[in-house]
Amino acid sequence: MLTVDRVTVTYDRTPAVRDASLEIADGEVLALLGPSGSGKSTLLRAIAGLEPATGAVRWDGDDLTGVPVHRRGFGLVFQDGQLFPHRDVAGNIAFGPRMQGMPPADRERRVAELLDLVGLTGYERRPVTELSGGEAQRVALARALAPRPRLLLLDEPLSGLDAELRESLALDLVGVLRRAKTTTLLVTHDQEEAFTLADRLAVLDEGSVRQSGDVVDVWRAPADERVARFLGVTTVLPGEIIDDRVRCAFGSADVPWCPAVAASSTGAASSTGAASSTGAAGSTGAAVTVGLRPHALRVAADGVPGEVVARARRRDHTRVTVDVSATVPEVSTVEAVATMSEAVRPGDEVRLALDPDGVAIVG
Amino acid sequence: MAHAARGLSRRARPGPGSGGVGVVALAVLPIAFLGVLFAWPVVAILRLGVTDGGVAAALAQAQTWDLAAFTLGQAAASTAVAVLAGMPVAFLLARVRLRVAGWVRTFLLVPFVLPTVVVGLAFKALWPGGGVAALVLANAFFNVAVVARTVGGLWAHLDRRAEDAARSLGASPWRAFRTVTLPALAPALASSAAVVFLFCSTSFGVVLMLGGGRYRTLETEIYLRTVQLLDLPGAAALSLVQLAAVILALVVGGVARRRRERAAPLRAPATTARRPAGRERWVVAAALTVVAALVVPIAALVVRSLSARDGWGLDGYRALGGSGDGALSVTGWEAALNSLRTAFDATMLAMIVGVLAAVALVAAGRARGRAARLAGETLDAALMLPLGVSAVTVGFGYLVTLDSLPGDLRTSPLLVPLAQALVVVPLVIRMVLPVLRSVDERLRQAAGTLGARPARVWWTVDVPLAARSLAAAAAFGYVVALGEFGATSFLARPEAPTLPVAINELISRPGELNTQAAYAACTLLMVVTAAVAAVIDRLRTPNVGEF
Repeated sequence: MLTVDRVTVTYDRTPAVRDASLEIADGEVLALLGPSGSGKSTLLRAIAGLEPATGAVRWDGDDLTGVPVHRRGFGLVFQDGQLFPHRDVAGNIAFGPRMQGMPPADRERRVAELLDLVGLTGYERRPVTELSGGEAQRVALARALAPRPRLLLLDEPLSGLDAELRESLALDLVGVLRRAKTTTLLVTHDQEEAFTLADRLAVLDEGSVRQSGDVVDVWRAPADERVARFLGVTTVLPGEIIDDRVRCAFGSADVPWCPAVAASSTGAASSTGAASSTGAAGSTGAAVTVGLRPHALRVAADGVPGEVVARARRRDHTRVTVDVSATVPEVSTVEAVATMSEAVRPGDEVRLALDPDGVAIVG
Repeated sequence: MAHAARGLSRRARPGPGSGGVGVVALAVLPIAFLGVLFAWPVVAILRLGVTDGGVAAALAQAQTWDLAAFTLGQAAASTAVAVLAGMPVAFLLARVRLRVAGWVRTFLLVPFVLPTVVVGLAFKALWPGGGVAALVLANAFFNVAVVARTVGGLWAHLDRRAEDAARSLGASPWRAFRTVTLPALAPALASSAAVVFLFCSTSFGVVLMLGGGRYRTLETEIYLRTVQLLDLPGAAALSLVQLAAVILALVVGGVARRRRERAAPLRAPATTARRPAGRERWVVAAALTVVAALVVPIAALVVRSLSARDGWGLDGYRALGGSGDGALSVTGWEAALNSLRTAFDATMLAMIVGVLAAVALVAAGRARGRAARLAGETLDAALMLPLGVSAVTVGFGYLVTLDSLPGDLRTSPLLVPLAQALVVVPLVIRMVLPVLRSVDERLRQAAGTLGARPARVWWTVDVPLAARSLAAAAAFGYVVALGEFGATSFLARPEAPTLPVAINELISRPGELNTQAAYAACTLLMVVTAAVAAVIDRLRTPNVGEF
């Protein structure tokens, strides 16, 4: 198990990472998610032993302070692979085992094994300069896994690739990580990548870990508005929890997973049925902040009226910006979605209905 | 996974923050080498001059200032000629896609690595009387390559579209060159001009051969006063004046070099070269004229070595089998063999010191602390000093200081290789350093995370990537050591002269056979040098590194 305990990294007196603490259980994949410049790569490098840092990095309780990079047994994959240009594919993958003193015959077997794992069987003698971006990244992954590292560090491993390749390689990577069962820390600014690959999520912002937890939990209940906005929330407004439902200006939705619901329902014994429709008018629930992602508001026949001010077509839906200041004064405009078939144009009057799937409880 | 973790933790080893210790350890040998074989002798000579009070006296003499003026004047004139001749050649190397450009690039190395004695003699074959013009042209002859290769290197990487933009805005080709290209080239131009000025103002062999008794520079005068007049204070005073000029030129060159590293966004060279069109053809013609002019002295040398009293003949070469006309204590072939051996030892020494220094400089440049970086820059500049300080001063300094060292270095056969290594080390560093610096730090980190300890990272990542330039630096160092004359002439034992020393002996003795043998020896030296130059050019990492 990796424990990162109050690690601080300072560049020229300005801290790039501040008191960051993390834990990764054996075999788990943790995504360290943050906007660019949040210090996530710096933290990863500090864990690898490439940056001098204060605080402690521990493995199974052993303090690694003072243990140099090459003795930590942590594998690292860079954004752009950084394959050794003077060695072929096999030479790159065999590098780690060679450093461990593995005999050549075993090395050869290990290389073949890893090429199988990353789907590049038979690539041994290829020069690395002739690989495509996706192939190079697979070889970099195989190279990092070859010495059986106790922790795998992935620094934006897919960011250098084009969108289509990124998607397919992300799915392959999930498979590889599951099969290799290697404890992994993934650094990324791409939520999609984090959701595809990780079991747990830690959000880093301005050098501090704002929140960490199960991927879905963080997604549904971001710790504060900054985290919420980074995780795709575009509208933030007040709401209240009554029984197991959250109410806001756009309507109400079931949120059985919300910690506030659990808190309020302890008094009301074991109620929480999805269909419990208590007459909620005026009743005093717990005040919460509600975060809405664009797909929490859908253009529908019924709902809160507003005027479309902008429209952008996406691959599988239409994104609209709607002025709702007349009905919901606390939020002037909101982001919402419409289906491709609905021909909405700027100036149109639409109605917006709440979709529970896009609702988050902030704080 | 547990077995990989065995013994990984707990063993306290220096972490990432303590890399400074390693850097210092690496730098110890180069600093000791520089201290014992350069700083100490030079300081000893200077102190000798200062304590005798001769410095003030020498500085008060009008003759000192005449010498300084002539030294700087001829250096400035030589630099101007080298720059004017080098610019069209730089254009040819950088911007012209013609097969001849590749040949020119290789050929240019030959004049630069030719021993000064050989060049001196070659120009003597053309101008038997010597004189200022011959002297300036001979100095420029050496250094056209420095200008052409340094400026051409940057020029090849300049984005051509800046010129295209200027042209589309209404500038003529000449005006676009003057207002856009020339300013962009200024750092390389200034840096190479500073280096050339340095070489020319401390040039020794050429001035000795072509100046005759009439034209003397600080360098030859130091030699004269030390060896023949035994006027040490005077020599020390002149050394001081020379040192001041050298440091000034190094500072100017250093500033220009730093600007070049910050220079405009660069392109891959392949995209900027094209076939010459319009008036560019005139520039190409000018470049080829310069190249032809560089061939003339070389051809004169060969012709002279083959001409006997009665037509053509190999008398000179045959005379090398003996001791000339009694001028040498050994045969020419023995001198040649001695040269090859000495240069080999010098190259080995210089590679060890130079590569260690380059590694230390790279590590210091990557260090986070400002103190480490500053120390690195200081070491970088200090290691360049031997290029510019009078080899004669250093050679004489050895005679003063080395007696107080334990052992018998002063009479040891190792002394000449050590002195030659001192001259070669700066060149090795300048060739290896940029290549090592260009190795991506993350590539080294990747090796580290795969379990390679720091020394192994160097061995498995940096060394293979820099292998070609290491080999080129060794070959380059070898020919420079082969041709070294200033310090060697001072230190070589009479019973073991190197070829350049033997050539100087032969040429300074009367007798047609001696002269012929000298020209023959020069031709041999030149053939070896040219062959190595061709090898170097094959090995060099394209457009990285200087010279």
